[in-house]
Amino acid sequence: MAYDYQPYPYVAPPGLSAPETRHAVVIVGAGPIGLAMAIDLAQRGINSVVLDDNNVVSVGSRAICWSKRTLEIFDRLGVGERMLDKGVTWKIGRQFHGGDQVFSFDLLPEEGHRYPAFINLQQYYVEEYLVDRAREFPDLIDIRFLNKTIAHEDHGDHVTLTVETPDGNYTLETDWYIACDGAGSATRERMGLSFEGQTFQEQFLIADIEMEQSPFGDDKVPERWFWFDPPFHSGKSALLHMQPDNIYRIDLQLDVDADGTEEAREENVIPRIKAIVGDKPFRLDWVSVYKFRCIKLDRFVHNRVLFVGDSAHVVSPFGARGGNGGIQDVDNLGWKLARVVQGQAPEALIETYNEERSHGSAENILNSSRSTNFMTPKTPIEALFRGEALRLAKDQPFARKILNSGRLSLPCSLEGMSLQTQGVAQIAPGQVLVDAPLSGEDGDTWLLRQVQGDFTLVGFGDVLLPELPGIRRIGINTRADYPCFTATHNHAMRRYGSSNAYLFRPDGHICAVFDTPTRKDVAHAYAKALGAELEATQ
Amino acid sequence: MSVMEDRLSPNQDDFYNALIAAHEGLGEADSHALNARLILLMANRIGDLGVLQDIITTARSYSDA
Repeated sequence: MAYDYQPYPYVAPPGLSAPETRHAVVIVGAGPIGLAMAIDLAQRGINSVVLDDNNVVSVGSRAICWSKRTLEIFDRLGVGERMLDKGVTWKIGRQFHGGDQVFSFDLLPEEGHRYPAFINLQQYYVEEYLVDRAREFPDLIDIRFLNKTIAHEDHGDHVTLTVETPDGNYTLETDWYIACDGAGSATRERMGLSFEGQTFQEQFLIADIEMEQSPFGDDKVPERWFWFDPPFHSGKSALLHMQPDNIYRIDLQLDVDADGTEEAREENVIPRIKAIVGDKPFRLDWVSVYKFRCIKLDRFVHNRVLFVGDSAHVVSPFGARGGNGGIQDVDNLGWKLARVVQGQAPEALIETYNEERSHGSAENILNSSRSTNFMTPKTPIEALFRGEALRLAKDQPFARKILNSGRLSLPCSLEGMSLQTQGVAQIAPGQVLVDAPLSGEDGDTWLLRQVQGDFTLVGFGDVLLPELPGIRRIGINTRADYPCFTATHNHAMRRYGSSNAYLFRPDGHICAVFDTPTRKDVAHAYAKALGAELEATQ
Repeated sequence: MSVMEDRLSPNQDDFYNALIAAHEGLGEADSHALNARLILLMANRIGDLGVLQDIITTARSYSDA
C-alpha cells in the first residue's frame, strides 16, 4: 500500500501579529536533519524554532539506507527502536557480473551490537517518527509548517530572517541560524557561497516498486544485490534493495545522453522493471532520474549561520553517505552548540564542528567519488582494468575487495584533531564508540545507552575513576561507589581492553584514554574537549 | 592457477585510484606501454622467480585462448 501523506497543520505564527523575542536557535528545514537537530537540542534543554516551506514528509522514499552509527544516534534521540522495528534489516550483499554471482559479503558477522550494520527504511517514515518525537517537546520545539524563509541577514551576534506564510511575511531574530535546507539550500544561494565539485555525466533511474512476491527469490531474505553489466541491462549497472511494506528500490544506470524526463515516464520504466522481475505482478510507487554530484562547502560555519546535512555537502548515493553523514553532523554539533548557548564553552567550540565534520564529509566524498568512478568507467583502460578485476574476483579474494559498488558508510575517526587528547589504547582517541552488551542492577543494557548524551568516563576492569563535576562515571567488571556493569559474554572487555579508562564525548567519540585516570589528567582532557585550549590560542 | 593471498587490503581503493589516475590523458598505445613498465618494475620489486612464474601462470589461466 502506498504511504499515506498526511499534511501537517499550518498555524499562524505569533510573529505575524507582534514581534517575537529573539530566539536562541532557528532551524531552517524540517527534513530528517533539521528535525534531528531540534530534538538533540531539546534533549539538552535548548529551545528552537523549525521553519519549513512545506507541510508533508519526504515525497518518495529518497534516503533509505540507515547505517549502524546513524541508528545508534537515533537511539539517543529516541527513535532508534521504532526505526529498527519498522525497517528491513539486511547485512548480506551480493555482487553479480553479467548473470553470475561474483561473491557475497556479510556486513556485520560479529555478535554483541544493539543495532545491525544497516536497515532500509523510507525517508518519509523517518521524518514521520522524528516529527512525532519532536512533538514530545512542545515547550522546546516550535515546528512551523508552510513558513518559508525568503531572506536572512547576519548581524554579527545574531541573524534576522524574513519568513513568508499563507498569511503574509514576518521577521524573526535568532542567535544561531542552522541551515538544514538540503542540497538546493536557499540559504547557501543567498550567501553566494561557492558549491562546486565533481558532477558525473551518467544519469541514474530510481524506481520504487511494490510487489508481493520477492524479487530475491523464494526465501524472501532481504539483501543488497548489485550487478555490473547485468543480462537485463547490458553494459550498465543495477542495484536492488528491499524496503518495508513490500517496496523494492531499483537503481539503473542510464546512458550519458538519455533524456531524463522521457526515461521517467511510466511506459518507459515498466519494461525496464519487467526485465528484472519478470512476470511477477508489481505496482510502480515512485520514479526519479538524477545525476550524481560530489560537492562540499569549504566551510560549514559562517559566523552565526551553520550548515548541516545536504546544505553543506552532497555525495552520490552509492555507499549511503548522504542522510547518514547529515545525522553525524547533527550528533557532532548538538552538544557543542548547547554548551555554547548555555555559556559553558567558548564560541570557538563551534569552529571544531567545521574541523571535524568537514573532514568527515571529505572522506565521504572521496569514497563516493571512487565508487561512482568504478561503476562508470570513463576510458577504455578503466573499463579494461575493471573487467579484469571482475574476472579475477571469482577466485581471488584481493580482487573482490577492488570491486567497488559503494564502500558503505562507516563513522570517520577524529584522531589527532583539536579536541582529542593523544593516547594509546585498543580504540584510539578520536574513534567512535564500539557498542557492547552489559548487564547491571536494572537488567540488560548496551554500552551506547550508558555512554551517549553526556561526557562519560568508563573504566574497564579494575580501574578506579576519579569524581569530577560534569562527568558521568561507570565501571565495567569492577565494584565501586558509582554505577557498575558486567560485560555480557565479555564483549566489552575484548573490545576495549581489561585495565584502562576511556573518556567519551556526548557524541560517543573517545576524546581521551588513561591507564591510570588521575583527577588532574581527566580534568585536563575534559577541558580540552570543551574547547579550553582553543580559546587560549586565539 | 593459484589463489593468491590478499596483501593489498585495506589499501585497495587507494591503489586502484592511483593506478587509474596514472593512465589519465594517455592514448591506448601509451597506456599499454605504461602497463608494461609497471609490470617490469613490479616484477623487479617481487624478485622471486618462483613467485613471478606462479603469477604469470595464474594470470594466463584466465585468458580464453
